[in-house]
Amino acid sequence: MTSGEITSVGTAGAAPEHVAGRGAWFKKLPVVHQVRQSVGLQRGMLIAGLVLTTVFVLVAVFAPLLAPYGWSQLRSGDGVAFGAQQPPSAEHWFGTTVGGYDVLSRVVWGAQTSLLVVIVAVAASIVVGVLLGLVSGYFGGWLDRVLVVIADAIYAFPSLLLAILLAIVISGGQSSMWGGILAAALSITVVFVPQYFRVVRAEVVRIKAEAFVDSARVLGTGHWRIMTRHVLRNSTRTLPLIVTLNASEAILTLAGLGFLGFGIEPTAAAEWGYDLQRSLADVTSGIWWTALFPGLAIVLAAMGMTLMGESLNDLADPRLRSRARSGQVAGAVAATSVEADASDPENPASAEHSEENPKGGDA
Amino acid sequence: MRFLLIIPTVFILVTTVFVLMRATGDPITAALGGKLPPDQLAELIHAAGYDRPIVVQYWEYLTGIFSGDFGTTISDNRPVTEVLTTYGTATLELASYAILVALVLGVPFGMVSGYFRDRLPDAVLRILAILAYATPVFFAGLILKLVFSVWLGWFPVAGRVSTDGEIAMQLAGADSGFMLIDAFKTGDPAVVLDVLSHAALPAIALGLLTAGVFLRLVRTNMIGTLGTGYVDAARSRGVKESRLVRKHAWRPALIPIITVAGMQVAMLLVGAVLTETTFEWRGLGFQLSEYLQARDFVAVQGIVVLMAVVVAVTNFLVDVLAALIDPRVRY
Repeated sequence: MTSGEITSVGTAGAAPEHVAGRGAWFKKLPVVHQVRQSVGLQRGMLIAGLVLTTVFVLVAVFAPLLAPYGWSQLRSGDGVAFGAQQPPSAEHWFGTTVGGYDVLSRVVWGAQTSLLVVIVAVAASIVVGVLLGLVSGYFGGWLDRVLVVIADAIYAFPSLLLAILLAIVISGGQSSMWGGILAAALSITVVFVPQYFRVVRAEVVRIKAEAFVDSARVLGTGHWRIMTRHVLRNSTRTLPLIVTLNASEAILTLAGLGFLGFGIEPTAAAEWGYDLQRSLADVTSGIWWTALFPGLAIVLAAMGMTLMGESLNDLADPRLRSRARSGQVAGAVAATSVEADASDPENPASAEHSEENPKGGDA
Repeated sequence: MRFLLIIPTVFILVTTVFVLMRATGDPITAALGGKLPPDQLAELIHAAGYDRPIVVQYWEYLTGIFSGDFGTTISDNRPVTEVLTTYGTATLELASYAILVALVLGVPFGMVSGYFRDRLPDAVLRILAILAYATPVFFAGLILKLVFSVWLGWFPVAGRVSTDGEIAMQLAGADSGFMLIDAFKTGDPAVVLDVLSHAALPAIALGLLTAGVFLRLVRTNMIGTLGTGYVDAARSRGVKESRLVRKHAWRPALIPIITVAGMQVAMLLVGAVLTETTFEWRGLGFQLSEYLQARDFVAVQGIVVLMAVVVAVTNFLVDVLAALIDPRVRY
């Protein structure tokens, strides 16, 4: 989860996209391609991550259908109060909280809040980070130097503390559902922008020197067109990886904000971190259900994204990519052969592999 | 040249905090607005100098920081510097224990994981490492507390020391703020045990999170060095596998490990804030969340600036250290 590792992703031998072979279009989709490329444990981790993430997204999208009650509902349909801190029962599978809410409902609705925050945070940081990185790397000069120093300084800032400061600025700490979601998401965005900026800028600086960019310039192509069509489209390879790692970090940061009391009001939306803060006192008196279920929800959601990010990271780094063992063939053959390639000559990755230095990036 | 960057970095951090904290208005209105009549509020704002031009305030803030003056808290009227020194030691103590736990767990298991790459031990350890850092540290803390303090009763629920221990320390005149040292000063093994049992769960909660990161880091770099020519050469000379891992592969892997481990200080501090809140460990993080709830933004500003500067300086020192250890790293 450090930029040191993210930026070290194998930069060797990145052929421009149009050079790669033409398979079925879906084989070239970011994640599909990696699933096909992976073997053994890495494939298992990637698929486990995909499954967990899919479940998380489905729960979030279908929360209105899945949740038995509303997130701030205190009484059942016939007007009977749920009661506070009730242990799990047939009516309340996960029990009720100290405030008298249904834990299961808040866990399900919490997925929706989390997903919204992740989407807004990641989308906003990609747009801002990529744009700044592109302009900074392409034009260089003093603007580039200033942006790099600022990005490094913000990157060194402890993320949750920065998010707290921004939450104070944006919402004064307390807010409605959308206000809270936007505040949390934008706080996280500022933390993430430097990561996208650094990665995209590094790629842009490298690609800018390639012959095809020179050719385009000689042909009289404008700066904007070169930046978008020639440079940008070839600098986005590592983004899916950062997106997945950031998504899990966003979930954890949102929960951390909520835990410190800077999340979303319980009546405005359900938020797992807030629920955990409220369960602090419950735990001391042995009430486990108010802490366990929201906590598990965070762990599973964050773990799904982390598993995906980790395996994407390994697959992008030739030193860490697992190879299919073919009876432990010794020496150079084992080091360079990748079974996925042999079984699929059209695999676009094969063009990259042949050029890769076995020692890979510079972690 | 690279080393000089620490100056603009610290400057940017300090300025960012100031701008953000003032974007919402002055701290006195934030803390007391609505609780006092407007004329009293205006009087307080004037007394504290928050009605002067922002540039003047900014200059005073900058010069104050460089002379070690972070202002006075609004909620309990203490110099922020005193808050920082009083509670800073507690956070330092917790962070030290956590790093110890992380090193003891992360490094050996990372070596095992890297050596048995893609085989069963690696699979199990990697899943555990991912679990360790996908778990929010406060949730890990809550579960540890529930199981080991509430259900099993092995450890105290919260705090840093029991009342008896605290009295013993006061009698012995031990006030370094570092509980374990103070406990040793009392010369009473019961007090030492008391302090250690209070520290166990917070240290494990925060340490597990860091151990997950260390494990991954050691594994990645061990895989890199285990695949190099000199390891093959040593193996062909008949060097034992255990020695191969501990000497030939581990030593060169150490430099990137130190560099990235140093960058985890930010994560460790954020983790400490959350761990302290969970276990009522009265350190900077615990105070930070207290002051956040009291909306005392002068205190918040002081604590955040200190943490940000600690992180920046640590990263800087790690860079210097890496350059000293490895002749190939030159800026």
